[in-house]
Amino acid sequence: MNNEENSKEVNALVRAAIAPVKDTELRRDLWPQMLRKLDEQSVPAFHVPWFDWALAAILGAVLVFFPSSIPALLYHL
Amino acid sequence: MELLERFAAGDLEAFEALFRQHQKEVYAWVVRIVRDTGIAEDLTVETFWRIYKSRARFDPAGNFRAWARRIATNAALDHLRHSRRETGLPEDLPCAPGADPAIRRETRERIKQAFFQLPPKYRLVATLALVEEEPYNDIAEAAGISVALVKVRVFRAVRMLRKKLSPLVAEVATK
Repeated sequence: MNNEENSKEVNALVRAAIAPVKDTELRRDLWPQMLRKLDEQSVPAFHVPWFDWALAAILGAVLVFFPSSIPALLYHL
Repeated sequence: MELLERFAAGDLEAFEALFRQHQKEVYAWVVRIVRDTGIAEDLTVETFWRIYKSRARFDPAGNFRAWARRIATNAALDHLRHSRRETGLPEDLPCAPGADPAIRRETRERIKQAFFQLPPKYRLVATLALVEEEPYNDIAEAAGISVALVKVRVFRAVRMLRKKLSPLVAEVATK
């Protein structure tokens, strides 16, 4: 049996073993569940990602340990 | 202001209206992929949560239905990736007539096992293309990939199944 025939056999086997889902009807309204999720996970209006905090911490450390870099930083701003 | 514009601006009532308009369709798409009603309900809510979070990126002139379906597909794919470690097969949902009763239960289980062990991105397109017989264009749009890539993934999925099921294929062919 060549590969093409073999693939057709595999397709046929899959279709014979796994039928399409017949009942795709949603039985209930999911809005109350959605509202709960919105309440639980509401995003703060102002959110700073962790890597911005990490960058600020590194910058702060550099300024503390190397104060001479302040003019250079101001020059580049 | 139009509904989609109000949604993009963060209006919760507009979001609720869109949710009620599209929840059935999103659920129907997701349940075909994950084949579990409870998980499909959770993923429908997760999809709309992602939609709500990304509302600022949505272009009100765009197609909300297509956007929602793509997000739903990604949510379902994430689920397949996470659930892969769990070895159990999805529960048997009421299926359309099509599963061949002549195939023995044991054989069917082996085929299912092989199918549900496919890598998630292959399982996704194989489920939609081979089992649900969705058009390649729709799958490509929903998965955010080209039609050519859908064909490649279906081809590779069949090749993986062929390797796993080759003794079975020969056995069934000789009967």
